[in-house]
Amino acid sequence: MTTRSKGWLGALPLFAFYAFVFGVPLVALLVGAFTSQGRPTLENMRQSLQGGNLTSMAGSVQVSAVVALLGAVLGTFLAYAVVTSRFTALRQSVLTASGVLANFGGVPLAFFWVATLGNSGVVSGLLGLPSGALYTFWGLVVVYLYFSVPLMVLVMAPALDGLRPQWREAAAGNGATAWHYWRYVGLPVLTPALLGGVVLLFGSAFAAYATAAAMGAGTVVPLVTLKIANALTSDVLIGQENVALALSLNMIVIAGLVMAVYLPLQKRSTRWLR
Amino acid sequence: MAAVTGLEQPLVTAAPPATRPRAWRMLVFLLAGLYFLVPLGASLWYTIYTPTAGVSFAAYGELLTAEGFAGSLALSLGLGLATIVLVLLLTLPAMLAVRLFTPRLRPVMEVLCTLPLVVPPITFVAGLGTSLRAGADVLAPTPFWATLIAVQDPAFPIVLVLAYVVLVLPFVYRSLDAGLRTMDVRTLVEAARNLGASWPHVMFRVIIPNLRSALASASFLTLALVFGEFTVARLLGYQPFAVWIVTISGSRGQLSVAVSILSLLLIWLLLLAVSSAFGREKK
Repeated sequence: MTTRSKGWLGALPLFAFYAFVFGVPLVALLVGAFTSQGRPTLENMRQSLQGGNLTSMAGSVQVSAVVALLGAVLGTFLAYAVVTSRFTALRQSVLTASGVLANFGGVPLAFFWVATLGNSGVVSGLLGLPSGALYTFWGLVVVYLYFSVPLMVLVMAPALDGLRPQWREAAAGNGATAWHYWRYVGLPVLTPALLGGVVLLFGSAFAAYATAAAMGAGTVVPLVTLKIANALTSDVLIGQENVALALSLNMIVIAGLVMAVYLPLQKRSTRWLR
Repeated sequence: MAAVTGLEQPLVTAAPPATRPRAWRMLVFLLAGLYFLVPLGASLWYTIYTPTAGVSFAAYGELLTAEGFAGSLALSLGLGLATIVLVLLLTLPAMLAVRLFTPRLRPVMEVLCTLPLVVPPITFVAGLGTSLRAGADVLAPTPFWATLIAVQDPAFPIVLVLAYVVLVLPFVYRSLDAGLRTMDVRTLVEAARNLGASWPHVMFRVIIPNLRSALASASFLTLALVFGEFTVARLLGYQPFAVWIVTISGSRGQLSVAVSILSLLLIWLLLLAVSSAFGREKK
């Protein structure tokens, strides 16, 4: 047996599994999106791009974009405050907490916020919030930021750590103000990490389904994930499965475009920060 | 599902430069503290206080006897363990073989293992559900039909294990890849083989001990992800832990919030285990 065939042999179970469990569903999705009752058609795609379906896709993109931008700005400020803090214990606990909260999504997150700002929530009573305030667009943004900001802190902390004090000293030595330093040194070095973080935040908010489903936010904020889930589980909407597949395909295209931006950036951001 | 990411970032970094605290930094910490701690405190308060009964920890006591709690918890744990075993059995030999014998396949494998990140879980389950239905039609006259049904057994849905392996593949791959980078696999294997070690011996006495912390962190990440997974299980109609919480939330709000607090604790413990697994390796 040649060494090359040994390599293939070891990798074969993984590739076979992958083709079967990941490849087959993707092909089924692709075929389903372009067929209706066994005949090829563009009708599903057409339906997925109009009316309520288009609204839900726009809703998802809007929520994700706002969460990504706000989360990136807030997360970067928090990360900078943490990185430049002289209290090691504070720094440690914020970074650990970020690691926990960045992974704290899904169903439990929804119930945390329902207990806090929901209609019978503890804080909404104190603040006198109108009923249903949590279930609006901005309510959903506030909930999603709970895992997005920590995620951004995790992305930015190492990048900000990589900004060497010498660069700042060198800039100051050449007569640069703080503004000049950030404009011509700091931000350009951080840009790949920043953009990568924005993309990561967008992707995770875009794909989120569990939180919104557990909150029941779909009534006010149209989200494409909720739309797909409804079409797949509902017995009333016969023939909607293939439209759901078309919607899924649109989601993958958007997520794919966004990730295509992210992966090369991630490689570039490591160049300066060693 | 929020992506399980960021865990591979080092939690401990170099000592910060000494600077004097400034007003803006205090403000940032104050606002962040408020935003992140208030829901935590409010949720805790929500679970222990009711206007009629006052302060009581009954919700946490009820948990153990709540209908479906033990069953769904056991199912999630079983699914988690099965996913860990399967994903490690598939990825570890493949990654080693590719490193040792066909390095040209490495970029291919990297792309394939990263691809599930691009596909949102809801779209994956849409395709999976469709192919299961189509499979049932196509396979009906063949003996494979029984296999397809067995895979979807509600008592232990193997189909969920298969789906979860796909979902955790990017994280497990990155974790193991980081572990393998820290050692010279080829030299270690050649040395062991030259000294007369058999392949199983190389695997269990040379490779795996060196990879212990990477394997541990991959396993904990998998467990955390499977434990919180809702989308796939819900849409395929099974009831592991996360789906159970939503099912009871309608009638027993306090209980569902109590479980949410406990699952935050669980994630925290798992993360602690991951970081200590990495910490051991550095020493």
